[in-house]
Amino acid sequence: MPYDCIVIAKQVPDTKNVTGKAMKDDGTVNRAALPAIFNPEDLNALEMALDIRDRFGGSVTVVTMGPPAACELLRDALYRGADRVILLTDRRFAAADTLATSYALSCAIRKIGKFDLIIGGRQAIDGDTAQVGPQTAEKLHLNQVTYVEKVQDIRDGRIEILRSIDGGYEVVRGRLPILLTVTGTANEPRPPRAKRLLQFRHHTCPAEITNRIRKQLEARGREPSEAEMAEAVNPVLTEAVKQDRMLTVWDADAVGADHDKIGGRGSPTKVKKIESVVFKGRDLKWIEANDEGAKGLVRELVTEHILG
Amino acid sequence: MASKNGVMVFIEQDGGKIADVSLELVCKGRELADRLSVHLEAALCGHGVGALAQTLIAHGCDVVHLADDARLNHYRTLPYSRVVAGMVTRAQPQIVLYGATVVGRDLAPRIASQLKAGLTADCTDLQIGEHTEPGSGKVYKDLLYQIRPAFGGNIIATIVCPETRPQMATVREGVMKLTPADPARKGRVVPAECVLGDEDLVLDILKREKKEKSVNLKAANIIVSGGAGVGGKDNFRLIFDLAHTLGGAVGASRSAVDSGFIGKDHQVGQTGTTVRPKLYIACGISGAVQHRAGMQESAKIIAINSDPEAPIFNIAHYGIVGDLNRVIPMLIKAYKSK
Repeated sequence: MPYDCIVIAKQVPDTKNVTGKAMKDDGTVNRAALPAIFNPEDLNALEMALDIRDRFGGSVTVVTMGPPAACELLRDALYRGADRVILLTDRRFAAADTLATSYALSCAIRKIGKFDLIIGGRQAIDGDTAQVGPQTAEKLHLNQVTYVEKVQDIRDGRIEILRSIDGGYEVVRGRLPILLTVTGTANEPRPPRAKRLLQFRHHTCPAEITNRIRKQLEARGREPSEAEMAEAVNPVLTEAVKQDRMLTVWDADAVGADHDKIGGRGSPTKVKKIESVVFKGRDLKWIEANDEGAKGLVRELVTEHILG
Repeated sequence: MASKNGVMVFIEQDGGKIADVSLELVCKGRELADRLSVHLEAALCGHGVGALAQTLIAHGCDVVHLADDARLNHYRTLPYSRVVAGMVTRAQPQIVLYGATVVGRDLAPRIASQLKAGLTADCTDLQIGEHTEPGSGKVYKDLLYQIRPAFGGNIIATIVCPETRPQMATVREGVMKLTPADPARKGRVVPAECVLGDEDLVLDILKREKKEKSVNLKAANIIVSGGAGVGGKDNFRLIFDLAHTLGGAVGASRSAVDSGFIGKDHQVGQTGTTVRPKLYIACGISGAVQHRAGMQESAKIIAINSDPEAPIFNIAHYGIVGDLNRVIPMLIKAYKSK
């Protein structure tokens, strides 16, 4: 029996590979300089959905909420085998915390309508909260299973899942529809396929085209006028539509989102303060790497009752 | 002492044993409740767990909400979120705290979504303080400062929830200190309703396996940790030798665990265990923020690294630049001949 899966994915700054280039002179991280990547555990979620389609048939739809640049994530999802991708984008979604994000995602999922499974990564590497999955499940009145390692079987509307728990694992059986969040050890995401890359690499959305062309024109050293922008954008846009290269884009109104529940307005949590982590210097005492140094150190620690 | 709008802690238990993080949160919750002059309440769910209430009271709870029901024997999302959300709705706490465990991170967002409450994950510190809203200039008194690392540990953010209640947070194990219990302390046990419908009981646990951790890093006074610089699984013997000589436990950095040098139970850091021993010896660990977040509160830190520029030296009290294959045997010899 075929199953329809919706994958919820996020484009994130690559916080795990902070290189020298992304460091500011004061030793803090320049977040804007970090490359944007497909959140790693969301790739595991996509792989799980594709694997379910391989085994049982069905479809895989990927939804992401983010700026127009998140089209890159959707193209990547298409290269790897997704059937359908949707960008949820709107300036009014900006500054959303996990609650406002899950509300917006739940509106988009309601609009998609039919599904058996919603699958997301356990958590995103920029915030590491692991909250959006469960919060989305609650908004849709769905059951959830988090920390999923493996879908063992699906039959007769029931799904058998192996999940990790603290210090061990559990095998559970739930009913469809259900929301799952997947760990990084669940599977090995398949790579993009060359054929699909050629097929989808020029898929885009109007805002992405506009942003790209604005950047190109600005590189000439001045702000382009509206007329110049229109002149440059329109033919590209027309061509993309003609060749059927437009990605599906939904804004807040398209998914019927209540404006009081999205973005900063819909977010109960507020960031009061952000401090960059700076290496704090301590009174470091250098010890010579020889027997004398080792003896002196041990003596000092014994005197201070740290070593017995 | 006001009985309304207290501080509540969700108590995680398995097989009648309270999770360490829950008791740590009761101790922290007591401190916050005293600061706010309110009650400290516990939300305790399970089957045959009534006897645990006295432990919670001894650690500082004034009220224990107890849901004792066979259907709550093992944690499952829907029955637990139904019952705990009910406790929160009835008791109206201003703050609810959860351990940042697999259970806490499954349950807390579910309840936050239902109650439309703010929730901050994996806090490393909680404080009470004032907040002025930048736009309106409105001043909020006695808010919960939810302090956590973000962006892979590169920033520390302070989060507040000015308008919504309860203010909720999950906190990692080992971050808050356990204070001694007072067996003579008095408190109340309030039986909680446990009304569950068929729609809440749609998940069956077919099998469950749990092992005790092979090492108890949190209880260790001395920890000797090895990182990528140890070079291999066999060479980790050196780390074990030093730990054994000093009477300490063996820790490891994430890269040592990921490289298969040693098991995950030994991992110290943001995704492992948070430790604060009397002495922490970091061998061949460069000192990524994620690792430092899990050990920088140690009373004394010794760093051994062949690279004098390694960031670990920035938080160490003693630094030894050299090959750990030479330095560790020297330390063992020096200790044995002391």
